[in-house]
Amino acid sequence: MLKDEDRIFQNLYNDSGVDIESAKLRNDWSGTKEILERGREWIINEVKSSELRGRGGAGFPTGLKWSFAPKEVGSRPHYLVINADESEPGTCKDRDILRFEPHKLIEGCLIASYAVNAHKCYIYIRGEYFNEGQKLQTAIDEAYKNNLIGKNALNSGWDLDIYIHYGAGAYICGEETALLESLEGKKGQPRLKPPFPALIGLYGCPTIINNVETVAAVPTILRRGAKWFSSLGRPKNTGTKIYCISGNVNNPCNVEEEMGVPLKELIETHAGGVIGGWDNLKAVIPGGSSMPMLPKEVCDNMKMDFDACVENKTGLGTAGIVVINNDQDIIKCMARIARFYKHESCGQCTPCREGSGWMWRMLERMAAGEATPDEVDMLFDVTKQIEGHTICAFGEGSSWPVQGLIRHFKDEILERNKFDPLVKKQKNIPYLVDQHLLEKENA
Amino acid sequence: MSIKKIHKEQPETFQFSDKSMESANKIVSNYPDGKQQSAVMALLYIAQRQNDNWIPLQAMKYIAKFLDMPYIKVYEVATFYSMYNLSPVGKYFFQVCTTTPCMLRGAYDLVKVCKNKISEKENVLSEDGKISWMEVECLGACVNAPMMQVNEDYYEDLNDKKLEEIIETIYQNKIPKPGSYSGRMNAEPVNNRKTLLGNKNA
Repeated sequence: MLKDEDRIFQNLYNDSGVDIESAKLRNDWSGTKEILERGREWIINEVKSSELRGRGGAGFPTGLKWSFAPKEVGSRPHYLVINADESEPGTCKDRDILRFEPHKLIEGCLIASYAVNAHKCYIYIRGEYFNEGQKLQTAIDEAYKNNLIGKNALNSGWDLDIYIHYGAGAYICGEETALLESLEGKKGQPRLKPPFPALIGLYGCPTIINNVETVAAVPTILRRGAKWFSSLGRPKNTGTKIYCISGNVNNPCNVEEEMGVPLKELIETHAGGVIGGWDNLKAVIPGGSSMPMLPKEVCDNMKMDFDACVENKTGLGTAGIVVINNDQDIIKCMARIARFYKHESCGQCTPCREGSGWMWRMLERMAAGEATPDEVDMLFDVTKQIEGHTICAFGEGSSWPVQGLIRHFKDEILERNKFDPLVKKQKNIPYLVDQHLLEKENA
Repeated sequence: MSIKKIHKEQPETFQFSDKSMESANKIVSNYPDGKQQSAVMALLYIAQRQNDNWIPLQAMKYIAKFLDMPYIKVYEVATFYSMYNLSPVGKYFFQVCTTTPCMLRGAYDLVKVCKNKISEKENVLSEDGKISWMEVECLGACVNAPMMQVNEDYYEDLNDKKLEEIIETIYQNKIPKPGSYSGRMNAEPVNNRKTLLGNKNA
């Protein structure tokens, strides 16, 4: 188990208060000016050699991303945007940083904005986190008052303004270009890439977008050194990570652990074990609902980091671990996730807009045992038609969980669905009606 | 994309109160000159708060003029995002999360209670007109499942009994306490904490 002193987020459960005085006791804002004085190059190189990878899901190396920002500020100003639109089912780590460790985030914003030459930083918080946003705003006000940010922040000569922008309940705005559209006051539909936001982003200006956890970890990394951070975990998968363990466990919780910690240890030690014992485990979704699930056999020896997840045909994503035990109907669980994606599809690309509804309706029928055996292959084909044929990664995010289900539990679906072709039986099945038209009479 | 129904009875006029106007101007100043359109989401939200938690069409027209943008662009935003209510909702607006992590821990028991105690159908006011409820997608408090949001507050670690108590409290004109209902501190594991114990006992 990771030693307590190596945990970055000491106030994850709010034992010791959120205000600036308590934050300073936890070493926030100590030596920040010295860090800035060592210069852009040093900061970016240090973050690079710490091998910190983005904590928002894609795992892109943070130092590398920062180095994409133009070295000199041209006619267009640079922007730093923090992605706090945490909406991935199974994930609730950024929420605790926003409300309990806001000064880590603000300090990280100052360092990151200095590194990428931005004088303005927007923090995009999902609208539902209104109270969390208010807490962050209080912390921002404190920081302004203490000259930690604002004009000539910390007397370093650097100006930084931080603004909060609330979302309004759209999962897709967690996608970075959709987030920019939303920040510009439009509906959140992703942009084509390239051009990448690092060159043409918010208002057409160079923009660096980072997840809350990534930026909040940076000050501690720079204070304690890249060596310390990279000594945790293994190469390319370094440092610590907040894992959110939810679902059928005895004590669901958030916990910060070392990268590469065994999944079983996370569940057994921190979350109090699977309800009904480890043998009652059916499957685990390791990285938020977009990532394909893993059956028990894989979970037995699974390590939780980026590369180990990829080796097992899934992804670490946001490290939102959803545990599903044998008391649950696995097909129904996936049908509910498919419904989530149907609801959240932004509607821009046809394969995703139509396909997400297809997948949901087919899975609902499969859960009810009203599908024919060959429809399982058809469903797999639908997922393949979506994956890779959309502007943003939502296509993958919605089709991978279904693929994961078919990959590991095809037998179970077939066992339940032995219908002869519906046409032959002329069976009247209400699911075949376009459900989304009926779904909410009063919506 | 969510399905939205515009309310049949619309007020004839809408304008910001002084308080709303003040916050609106402050928000517009957060964005660069000429980029005031960025404030549209926040302004819609201000209008919603001012107008008993729903946005009339007149408010969208007003905001369009306020930000010097086409009305249809405001309409587009208001219909795209799920948190804007385009029809009236209860003074206490229950949003019950039923996405898989909550579902695994019994979110549909909460839905059943809502059906029994508030109204049979979603988005229909309770008999005394105070509460309405709806199912929503993931609210991002998965380790505190099952949970729901009432207006701006989260109510976590619920079950059917606890939800019934919350509803009763509101019917008795009292405001129930937000947060976790299992007696734990935020997102720590109940009775099983193994980390940061030094901080806890400090």
